[in-house]
Amino acid sequence: MKTAVCIKQVVTRDWPLRPAESATWVRDDDASFEMNEPDAYALEEALRLKERHGGEVVVCSAGPARISQVIREALARGADRAIHVESDALSAAGADAVAAALAAAMQDESFDLVLTGLQSDDQGFGQTGVVLAERLGLPHATIIMEVDIAADGAGLRVKRELESGWFQWVAMPLPALLTIQSGINQLRYATLRGIMAAKRKEIRTVPLDGVASQGQRILELYVPEKTSATRFIDGSAPEAARELVRLLREEARVL
Amino acid sequence: MTLVIAEQRGGVLNPATWETLAAAQQMNAPVTAAVVGARVQDTAAELAAADVAEVLAVEHEALEPYTPDGFVAALAQVVEATGPERVLFPHTYQTRDHAPALAARLGRVLIPDCIGSKDRDGQRVFVRPMFQGKFVADVLPEGPAPHFASFQIGAYRADACVRGAAAATVREVAVQLDAAAIRQRPEAPFKEAKQAVDLTQAERIVAVGRGIKGQEHLPLAQELAKVLDAELAASRPICDSGWLPMDRQIGSSGQTVAPKLYLAVGISGAIQHLVGMKGARTIVAVNKDADAPIFEVADYGIVGDLFEVVPAIVAALDGD
Ligand SMILES: Cc1cc2nc3c(=O)[nH]c(=O)nc-3n(C[C@H](O)[C@H](O)[C@H](O)COP(=O)(O)OP(=O)(O)OC[C@H]3O[C@@H](n4cnc5c(N)ncnc54)[C@H](O)[C@@H]3O)c2cc1C
Ligand SMILES: Nc1ncnc2c1ncn2[C@@H]1O[C@H](COP(=O)(O)O)[C@@H](O)[C@H]1O
Repeated sequence: MKTAVCIKQVVTRDWPLRPAESATWVRDDDASFEMNEPDAYALEEALRLKERHGGEVVVCSAGPARISQVIREALARGADRAIHVESDALSAAGADAVAAALAAAMQDESFDLVLTGLQSDDQGFGQTGVVLAERLGLPHATIIMEVDIAADGAGLRVKRELESGWFQWVAMPLPALLTIQSGINQLRYATLRGIMAAKRKEIRTVPLDGVASQGQRILELYVPEKTSATRFIDGSAPEAARELVRLLREEARVL
Repeated sequence: MTLVIAEQRGGVLNPATWETLAAAQQMNAPVTAAVVGARVQDTAAELAAADVAEVLAVEHEALEPYTPDGFVAALAQVVEATGPERVLFPHTYQTRDHAPALAARLGRVLIPDCIGSKDRDGQRVFVRPMFQGKFVADVLPEGPAPHFASFQIGAYRADACVRGAAAATVREVAVQLDAAAIRQRPEAPFKEAKQAVDLTQAERIVAVGRGIKGQEHLPLAQELAKVLDAELAASRPICDSGWLPMDRQIGSSGQTVAPKLYLAVGISGAIQHLVGMKGARTIVAVNKDADAPIFEVADYGIVGDLFEVVPAIVAALDGD
């Protein structure tokens, strides 16, 4: 099993973001970054499949030089090597441009299985994986919560999450692409040994000349207008708490 | 023409379809609805009640059950045969599964999960959340028509869909499909073995999110639930981490609840969480970030550190 895992670097969840001067992206030049959450689950799933079926796990990541941070982290968790499609133009690119860049770099690797996260925490397209499948000519399934590889290695059965607690098993031939949902497994973290080993692992850097047509352009990015009538309760924690309890009793009458 | 792709399963129309039709009707172009499956005449007739130019019934045995390969192949033919200006979908799990591939096959890009659409300097732009709802962006589709977009569930009201004076015409559209070329083999949908807790019946719910930081802090929320005589629930990451069982998860992939009181502690208010709880009568949010989207649905809000505020609420309730 030769498995690719597509990993995106995103701004740390708690980072206080503000729109950039241009108002078409956020100010992230001084931000801290982390691995996109569902991608961490995709990586873990790839590592588990390797433990069961053998083979190789290859991290595929597209973006500027700074994304080597998450690539190193993935290698430290146990991935074998990495492909870094390097381009500053990809740091805020659309799903199609990213999928095109990844597809070009992955084409000749002939992966048996490609895993992506379901959705990125920043752009939230939820589609880079599906577009990548289309570009690589692979069958795909999305929002996956369990992966079963057939004993003969010819195909797989996956459990898809549907809405409101429903699930469905889908069978497919290999090679295939899956988009992985958070919670599919329990994550492992890098060990010191893993971090040391990662230093010797190969990262193949693929330069990118020109970003493919984006198909969409952000004209303006802004903080959503507040429309709610939330009653904010001020004061110290004990004061606010007492006032809340009073309001819940006397105004909302829910206690 | 704006083409709206309806969603049906086993002849039952997904109500989010009406919301997308409402979005389409506000775009100053004739609207056509298309419904895809093996037997869609009844759903097509139901859709014909909307004020639309026509309804396309796209029938083929190979389209039941749903597969992304089947739908991409069929819809690519429908779009090419009808030449719409834009193609709109409700942003369901099924749309997530095939619409991006459909757009890619036709050399286009899907603008997903939109909450609105407007005219901006004479151009039709789509408004979509970014960074987990902390921002929204006006997005302009580039390149030639058709443009593809999907609309978040609840962004438009189903009852805003204008009904027609008379039923619209239903037209059958033939598609060529090779069943052997469909690579996915889906099995019947199922629910996991029965749930241990039924949160839908709870009068009061304390829901905890990632702001709680670690499993070792959960007793804080448990204590609050106890003094409020409430059930404990959680956002998805808490269940993903295995800190609470899956059947305590609220949201699009968990339970949908409507208690008298929903107290959200350290929950940001992502749309997938909100759809599961915004029907609660009274919503309280405790969050250290005054801009957290949860405050968009909260009746009462305390901006502060939950590690101070939650014990204070427990004390205030205990104090009498
Ligand atoms: C297809 C799909 C389905 C999904 N289904 C669901 C679902 O059913 N249910 C669900 O919940 N999610 C679901 N999600 C995930 C959802 O998108 C969000 O990622 C998730 O709801 C975020 O959980 P959270 O609010 O606990 O965490 P975060 O978004 O990380 O928010 C944590 C919050 O805690 C606050 N905080 C941090 N520290 C403190 C402190 N000391 N005191 C007070 N506040 C603090 C922060 O300001 C922040 O607002 C789904 C996602 C997808 C893509
Ligand atoms: N720049 C990137 N590099 C590698 N993988 C990516 C990149 N962008 C998106 N992905 C993958 O595609 C998934 C979905 O992202 P998105 O379509 O942006 O929601 C992510 O979870 C990643 O697995």
